[in-house]
Amino acid sequence: MNTTYDITVKPEETAEDSSLPVVAVQDLHMSFGDQHVLDGVSISVCRGKTLAVLGRSGTGKSVMLRIVIGIVKPDSGSVLIHGKEITGMAVDRLGEVRKKMGFLFQNAALYDSLTVAENIAFPLEHHRRDLSRAELRDRVNQLLTEVGLEGHGEKMPSDISGGMQKRAGLARALALEPDILLLDEPTAGLDPISSGEIDELVIELREQHRMASIVVTHDLHSARTIADRLALLDEGKVVIEGTFAELQASGNEFVREFLKYS
Amino acid sequence: MSDRGLTALEGLGASPRRGDRLPAPQVSSGPGLIGGFFEWFGDLGVFSYQVARAAVTRPFEFRELVRQLDEIGSKSLPLVALAGAATGVVLSMETSSSLAMFGAKSMLPAAIVWSVIQEMGPIITGLVVSGRVGAGIGAELASMKVTEQIDAIEASALNPYRLLAATRIVACILMMPLLTLAADAGGLLMGWLAETLADPISLRQFIDVGFKGASFHMFLPPTLKTAFFGLIIGLVACFQGMRTKGGAAGVGRAATNSVVLSSLFVILADVVLVKLILILFPN
Repeated sequence: MNTTYDITVKPEETAEDSSLPVVAVQDLHMSFGDQHVLDGVSISVCRGKTLAVLGRSGTGKSVMLRIVIGIVKPDSGSVLIHGKEITGMAVDRLGEVRKKMGFLFQNAALYDSLTVAENIAFPLEHHRRDLSRAELRDRVNQLLTEVGLEGHGEKMPSDISGGMQKRAGLARALALEPDILLLDEPTAGLDPISSGEIDELVIELREQHRMASIVVTHDLHSARTIADRLALLDEGKVVIEGTFAELQASGNEFVREFLKYS
Repeated sequence: MSDRGLTALEGLGASPRRGDRLPAPQVSSGPGLIGGFFEWFGDLGVFSYQVARAAVTRPFEFRELVRQLDEIGSKSLPLVALAGAATGVVLSMETSSSLAMFGAKSMLPAAIVWSVIQEMGPIITGLVVSGRVGAGIGAELASMKVTEQIDAIEASALNPYRLLAATRIVACILMMPLLTLAADAGGLLMGWLAETLADPISLRQFIDVGFKGASFHMFLPPTLKTAFFGLIIGLVACFQGMRTKGGAAGVGRAATNSVVLSSLFVILADVVLVKLILILFPN
């Protein structure tokens, strides 16, 4: 099921042509000691589309997401963002690529010494130095409104619920208006209502901003709701990639077992 | 010195890095004490290179640097001055009786001035800052590491070596000589006070006698050597914090290791620097 993509794409083409992959991961390998976490994983996502990556715990889903944003370097394989190879990129050039990517961490990873509003303002203060204080405040308020946190900007991360922290993390990820959104377990640890609200928010933001999104999750219901396609990982390989209907129709034993227990 | 003990249990929970990433031990079977010792220094070398490169390239994080100057400098000032003052009092009491035994009581101001400025002030400042700032930096960065806040900084297209490590290390380097002056001032003032309570002497006379025959350059190297202590404290604390693994236990370990190692290295560096100063400035 692993697909090899023709990903030699000019950046300006991807901005216009939604059929070309914005993110293309090819033949990714990653080991920790003797354990091969990723063993030739290839996936791709186009503009305005969402791919959900599913799999058992410890199958390297989150590691793959970190490789995509360049926080972790793979043993081998390539990651192309808008057609640019990032795996061997120098830190400062990688920074330029990351400005076009938003990352929601599993536990939101909000800066605990800053308020919610300061967390959202953080990337703007460092990368949008052209903004005046008033413009910065307006942008932060706009983001707070987009994620339904208006009136909570002055609270500290420890004073808000897990669902609100995820929303704040999402607002921070969206601050620089990325065209790629990476979500690591966006509904983990949330009650069904909060999970549903996060799902709706992700769909709404994706449609509003036409971002390419990769969602790593254990939550099959969430994956079905927000993703166009699903990829199922097992033993470091993509077992199947397709729509939920294609997964249901699969005769693969692991796929059937995964769907049965999800 | 190595965090090997925990690595077998840590699995894939943290962010493993390669190449120019933050060094993090990954192998479960340890290399032994000697291997761990060299590995620690190797990782520290890689870390130092990354920080140095980040520190001299744009964009400079001036705002964070100013915040750290305040955090490390202003907030350490009372503690450092108090430690210097206590040292001055003890030095005055101890030396007074010793000098009296040899009939050299008149040398007391000079003994206090030279002891405080040349050695006691710098080393006391180094150890106090190691404790307060080393633990603070180690625990703060370790906490940020285990809660993925450092990864979030990287994901926000910022260089954590520049934003977190370089600013703290530079602040330590800049503030240490200034804090040493505060410790010196506290030590001299309280040394005089302790002396004058036992055997009245005016502050003017105390200073005149104490600094008699001294020149400015005699006091400059011992004060400036503390900039090197600042480098050690900042570097070790940032390194221990940013390579942390293992949740709350890892944070505690990082704080402890930061204090223990930076204090140890400050003392060792002092031995080398004192010898170096004696060679370079023999008079």
